[in-house]
Amino acid sequence: MITLTVNGTEHSFDGDREMPLLWYLRDELGLTGTKFGCGMAQCGACTIHLDGYATFACITPISMAEGSDVSTIEGLTENGDHPVQVAWRDLNVSQCGYCQAGQIMQAAALVDSTPEPTDEDIDAVMSANLCRCGTYPRIRAAIKQAAQARTK
Amino acid sequence: MMQTTRIANVSRRSLLLGLGAGSLVLAVGLAARGLAQEASAEFGADAMPNGWRDDPNVFVSIDEAGIVTVTIHRAEMGQGVRTSIAMVVAEELEADWDKVRVTQAPGDESRFGNQDTDGSRSLRHFFDPMRRAGASARAMLEQAAADAWDVPVAEVRAEGHFVRHEGSDRRMGYGELAAAAAALPVPDREGVRLKDPATFHYVGKGDIGLVDNNDITRGTATYGIDVRREGMLYAVIARPPVFGGRISSVDESAALQVAGVERVVRLDPPAIPAEFRPLGGVAVIARSTWAAIKGREALVIEWDDGPHGSYSSEEYKTELEAAVQTSDGKLILNRGDVETALTAAPTRVVAEYYIPHLAQAPMEPPAAVADVRDGTCEVWACVQAPQVTRLRLAEQMELPEEDVTVNVTLLGGGFGRKSKPDFVLEAAILSREMGTPVKLTWTREDDLHHSYYHTVSVERLEAGLDHAGKAVAWLHRTAAPTIGSIFAPDPKEKLPFELGMGLTNMPLDIPNVRAENPQAPAHVRIGWYRSVSNIPHAFAIQSFIAELADAAGRDPRDYLLEVIGPARLIDPSEIGDVWNYGENPDRYPIDTGRLRKVTETVAEAIGWGREMRSGRGLGLAAHYSFASHVAVAAEVDVKDGEVHIPRVEIAIDCGANVNPDRIRSQMEGAVVMGVGQALTTEMTFHDGRAQQGNFDSYLIPRMEVAPREINVHLASSGGYDQPLGGVGEPGLPPVVPAITNAIFAATGHRIRRLPVADQLRS
Repeated sequence: MITLTVNGTEHSFDGDREMPLLWYLRDELGLTGTKFGCGMAQCGACTIHLDGYATFACITPISMAEGSDVSTIEGLTENGDHPVQVAWRDLNVSQCGYCQAGQIMQAAALVDSTPEPTDEDIDAVMSANLCRCGTYPRIRAAIKQAAQARTK
Repeated sequence: MMQTTRIANVSRRSLLLGLGAGSLVLAVGLAARGLAQEASAEFGADAMPNGWRDDPNVFVSIDEAGIVTVTIHRAEMGQGVRTSIAMVVAEELEADWDKVRVTQAPGDESRFGNQDTDGSRSLRHFFDPMRRAGASARAMLEQAAADAWDVPVAEVRAEGHFVRHEGSDRRMGYGELAAAAAALPVPDREGVRLKDPATFHYVGKGDIGLVDNNDITRGTATYGIDVRREGMLYAVIARPPVFGGRISSVDESAALQVAGVERVVRLDPPAIPAEFRPLGGVAVIARSTWAAIKGREALVIEWDDGPHGSYSSEEYKTELEAAVQTSDGKLILNRGDVETALTAAPTRVVAEYYIPHLAQAPMEPPAAVADVRDGTCEVWACVQAPQVTRLRLAEQMELPEEDVTVNVTLLGGGFGRKSKPDFVLEAAILSREMGTPVKLTWTREDDLHHSYYHTVSVERLEAGLDHAGKAVAWLHRTAAPTIGSIFAPDPKEKLPFELGMGLTNMPLDIPNVRAENPQAPAHVRIGWYRSVSNIPHAFAIQSFIAELADAAGRDPRDYLLEVIGPARLIDPSEIGDVWNYGENPDRYPIDTGRLRKVTETVAEAIGWGREMRSGRGLGLAAHYSFASHVAVAAEVDVKDGEVHIPRVEIAIDCGANVNPDRIRSQMEGAVVMGVGQALTTEMTFHDGRAQQGNFDSYLIPRMEVAPREINVHLASSGGYDQPLGGVGEPGLPPVVPAITNAIFAATGHRIRRLPVADQLRS
């Protein structure tokens, strides 16, 4: 039996310990905000926070989350008002939107840990997350805006 | 749940609505649209299957609280259509944007008009009908208020979600008026008063938030892969690794031992031609996606690869290169006398270009949920063509169309892949088999191994220059497998709609022009990919023009403008393009004045002609597609064979800018996608098998390679009464040649094979 906390609620699971957290969140808990894109840590669509660190849920066996705190896009904030979420809406960052939950989780971890990210910081961290629509210029702008809002 | 009152229940046009009910015949017509276009007397939305509707009863509802709900019949895949259509309706309705909601229409073209979300057509075809739908609803609200106050309708005016009486202080909200308005007839189309664009609040303003912003940023937006139904099982399929292959033998015993696996199902062999039908293979149905994936890994399958088991893209490239050496190909353009002019020319330039297969690779892979039970079929799916999906499901499930419901989710990217509903048919087959709802998920490997790939091309160009360096003869040979190969047995020549994507409709101010199309068989499924055949045509032609400039010792911008020629309107049919994106050539001529203007705009913006330090260069390209004129200027910085693209300027003239923010976002996205196509993105095949299976080998651009600076110039040159051009696709074609032309300027190395990859590393 594996116990873990997801978005503040404790859950237990006694299925396949190898099941990636991604499929546990999506299929078992119905938290479909965390997306499948590649299954091998190549695209970042599944980015969640595991004990506060941005983590690819697609390659994280649920056994590794034993006793951990998992936060998904649905639980990032209660009201959708993380500075990153606000900036994403202000700048109409999204096109199809599919990758954006992962982008937001990655960006939120970035601005929470690096209050004034440089372009190089943004490249280094956000290059883990693919966007086929090509929203990178607005992602960059939104991260800067969110970082500014956060330090105010 | 919110109680919604329809504005009206009965429409004068209900008869009209009843007539165009879809049929299989119509859908075949759709699939083969490019084949049949020559025979069509109609243009634009009129010529699309099931045409268009502008009935406010179909698209607009208002509840008693005044909340306006706009029904969106086009699929949202990132182009912003849900926002843009709602915005157009809200504008004419004089609605308060904060009180506007959207709802997504199911596939039902008899009710909504054409729903094929492709070809950069949504606003081009539906801007006017949606304006009329909003304006008609506004007129009905005004009439309802005039009736309530017993005053002439000329004395009342709708404004900001209220109808006011000009002679008194009276006003009524839309919510109060909705029920009475609902009882009124829809006004005559001809009498509908559209707003003066000078009074627009939303259209053309660009400060509208996306209707899906909240859901997307909070993780509550629903894509095809996210749908959940009671009792749902999860499936993945092992498909033949080679197109047209079949199962030789299957041992499913180990798969059935995997915890959570419910069943293993063998699917029928693939249909040839493929059309939109499934590829066959072996399905694993389980209680979670993970269990299905693990079950699939445990299958032991031997495949019979079939006729395409030796397909190698590298060998095929050699075949195409051989095909363009002779003049045996189908003659597709012949103006003047190219042979004589080439022979007489003091300078001759020849170049061949190779443009590889690509996969659309939307971030959401194909996925669908189907529930086929008790003589009905309901699906929830990320489809660009919901009515086609419905007709194919009806055919596959042997059900009448009215018993098939296609619910359209958000699409996590489409780029043409999701125009083909093969994956939805797979889900439906498995649901019928299991008697439960089934979610079918394609893994990324499935997506890249079994796409409807962008074609692969060799383009050979030859030109003759006179003593002044001016191009006087132009010979273009194009060889590439056709999209027609998924609809007919083994065609080998490009269709008019493919040639009309930047080849036969290329405005060249050159007296002698000839084009030929040697044969090229298809060995994989070929399909639409954002901007389609414009990709190879624009790359080859815009590269070649720059090569001619170099041969002539001329500035590439000046030379490009000279080849485009003076500002003039060209009827595409007069230069050899019978298709013209389905549009009336009188309303949609090619306008070289516009093409010149976008070219000059980006050249000026990037500082064309300025001194560049070593390793840096500027490149330029211009291209007309999807009824829009676009130009791109790129700056590159090449160090140790590594290409960096610090800055790109892109200008589009798509007619009036209805939703400027979404035009900008589409151009930004086109630049980023183009950067990938120029530098890294390629699908290759060996032994009939796709060689790239995930994003570690199929290299689409990441943040670090996207240009830091992308400036979009909206070079609109028309009012709202003028025809609109497309937006979703036309940004892409000129991006790649602008980059490779810049690489030439920076390094002297001419890129003739895409992608650049390691060609610049010595």
